[in-house]
Amino acid sequence: MASLSASAPRDLTGAEIIVQALTDLGVEVIFGYPGGAVLPIYDALFHQTRIRHILVRHEQAAIHAAEGYARSTGKPGVALVTSGPGATNAVTGITDAMCDSIPIVVLTGQVPTHLIGTDAFQECDTVGITRHCSKHNYLVKDVTRLGDIIHEAFHIATAGRPGPVVVDLPKDIQVARARYVRPGKIEHKTYKPQIKGDLKAIEAACEMIAAAERPILYTGGGIINSGPGAAQMLRELAKLTGAPVTTTLMGLGTIPQDDKQFLGMLGMHGSYEANMAMNQCDLMVCLGARFDDRVTGRLDAFSPNSKKIHVDIDRSSINKVVRVDLGIVGDVGHVLEDMLKVWKSRRLRTPDLAQWWAKIAGWRARDSFGFTQAGSEIMPQQAIKRLYELTRKAQPIITTEVGQHQMWAAQHFGFDAPNKWLTSGGLGTMGYGLPAAIGAQLGNPNALVIDIAGEASIQMNIQELGTAIQYRLPVKIFVVNNEYMGMVRQWQELNHGSRYSESYSDSLPDFVKLAEAYGWTGIRIENAADLDTGIAAMIATPGPVLVDCRVAQLTNCFPMIASGAAHTDMMLGPDDKTSAADEDAQALV
Amino acid sequence: MKTAPSERHTLSILVDNEAGVLARIVGLFSARGYNIDSLTVADVSGDHAVSRITVVTSGPPAVIEQIMAQLDRLVPVHRVLDLTALGPHVEREMALVKVAGVGDKRVEALRLADIFRARPVDTTTQSFVFEISGSTEKVNQFVELMREVGLVEVARTGVVAIARGKEAV
Ligand SMILES: Cc1ncc(C[n+]2csc(CCOP(=O)(O)OP(=O)(O)O)c2C)c(N)n1
Ligand SMILES: [Mg+2]
Repeated sequence: MASLSASAPRDLTGAEIIVQALTDLGVEVIFGYPGGAVLPIYDALFHQTRIRHILVRHEQAAIHAAEGYARSTGKPGVALVTSGPGATNAVTGITDAMCDSIPIVVLTGQVPTHLIGTDAFQECDTVGITRHCSKHNYLVKDVTRLGDIIHEAFHIATAGRPGPVVVDLPKDIQVARARYVRPGKIEHKTYKPQIKGDLKAIEAACEMIAAAERPILYTGGGIINSGPGAAQMLRELAKLTGAPVTTTLMGLGTIPQDDKQFLGMLGMHGSYEANMAMNQCDLMVCLGARFDDRVTGRLDAFSPNSKKIHVDIDRSSINKVVRVDLGIVGDVGHVLEDMLKVWKSRRLRTPDLAQWWAKIAGWRARDSFGFTQAGSEIMPQQAIKRLYELTRKAQPIITTEVGQHQMWAAQHFGFDAPNKWLTSGGLGTMGYGLPAAIGAQLGNPNALVIDIAGEASIQMNIQELGTAIQYRLPVKIFVVNNEYMGMVRQWQELNHGSRYSESYSDSLPDFVKLAEAYGWTGIRIENAADLDTGIAAMIATPGPVLVDCRVAQLTNCFPMIASGAAHTDMMLGPDDKTSAADEDAQALV
Repeated sequence: MKTAPSERHTLSILVDNEAGVLARIVGLFSARGYNIDSLTVADVSGDHAVSRITVVTSGPPAVIEQIMAQLDRLVPVHRVLDLTALGPHVEREMALVKVAGVGDKRVEALRLADIFRARPVDTTTQSFVFEISGSTEKVNQFVELMREVGLVEVARTGVVAIARGKEAV
């Protein structure tokens, strides 16, 4: 037998199988943090050069970095963390990826199989904890299945509606040996998402659009997930139909910001024209969006007189919160492609929407994102507007934290292409922006990557300043520093009688010194007159730069549809304040 | 907003027989606030690869539709069928019903059991355990009657169901 085994392929350890499978899957970078339960995998990584490991400073950041990498490159992101606290630290990130449909694979260490269930050191029920915040998860109990599971995990993460997949890896499995054979194309036995939409339904959709007098295309992150081709086809459909286009927060970039047919973002802090057009349309075509409560406002007042078409890859999104007249299950890119074909082959004409556009022009004239910059105090909107104008040529990738600055960035920073706007939409996770920027920079080494941050949010993953320095990543952070958890303060002003309970950002660090302590360049901008030079210095300075931009403290983010209000009840500015909110409003999020 | 009246639906869910799959299904119901009136699960394939879960749930039609769609997108789910919507089907559950007593009550318990075609599967001089199977209503009725003649304990399987006719799902 000795001669036989000499010619047979050498068995690999589980850890080697993992690394080999990742290599075969084309993984270039993984974000991780070591610990006892993953040491064999770290050892296998030590022995190779194909995969680059990025050492973060906190496991939550590893997941957000993987998300940033995924969202900006279209490729799945990968994270590696240890058992117990490593896994639980990752949970916020995993949930974030679940809410925003981001394809990532998270490898977690686990105590050896024979210790599972004994409350062993650093044991936690990772598959139990992540069962409902991941798209799928695995506990690997047999090393001979390991290679296939890793490949399957990538398939599940990226196929259909993307999402996070967790693979829990007991330590004994990492050292056990088995043969690894690279599998062919994955045909999952149960998971077969529908990619092509029903052609009859697509034909019906085209006829409905051609017949509509007041159509609107309401588009979302699904178009970005579907790939750049989908955004291209959306633009073509917009041209052919002449219909106005709005996007959700997650959909920014699907259509160029200066396209005449683009009405801006819709929803709670969306434009007046987008929300009014949603309310008054006679046909709503929802493409890869999901009628989130931040978008619909009060449901029984949501677009009362329209027929609705919903295209979504996830059947459960259709008719979940809003009943639609025509649901089409399929990848929005494929459905758009078929819509264009049908539109052309039936020689459907661009309908005359002059009256509709005249109405929209009236709403647009309200200039709902307008603000006044006067004097030396910097208005936060002005800071973002100038940041946009001065970096526009570089086509930067923008990440954000969560709060007012995030909404102002969505309103005042323009995007011409998909995959340039990375924000935590569904979960609204403070601390997302810096690690996401790190992930995006690794996936796009030559891009200008800027995290538009709040002074409160940035402190939630501030330790990642170290990661950026270690890997010489020229990430920029632009802190819109209003010395408040501004979004919380705004709600307290509007709903709780201006009682600013615990929302003042007290005892802030000196951000410039803090940046310098980590080896970053720190710049402070305090005066409107210095805004442009400060931003220019940020762009011109090589390496990572943190800008502490001091802005007006008590500015509110308008327009705003209060929670539970209708699209037609928009507050356009401070004078539109609703009277002190009643208890019902206080109960809404 | 008015909500449509609640309906009772019996769902058959064919799942890959992998660890944690039942937790996935049950967790989905609890996380999204759906009702579970009854739940049964057992391996039904020759090679132990597939389990069949029968869930009786209730809710307005839109909620039932959402439950189906949510179940369908779970990775280990092969198929989800709404037997109630699909048409004629058979539903059965089995119960073991323990009655204790002597004298007239004991005679009456035996007589009622006979009418319901419930079989005694354990007998002592002071007790019976009856096995009864049938529709949920029939089992309910039997249990109610047994209360009057010395019911002490009930164990029920929950509903299993299958479509009528020659077709397989
Ligand atoms: C992890 C987390 N905790 C709490 C919140 C609630 N929250 C939403 S916005 C916000 C304030 C953010 O303040 P800052 O980062 O300064 O941004 P600003 O609103 O001032 O622009 C808070 C606390 C959250 N979204 N995420
Ligand atoms: Mg702030």
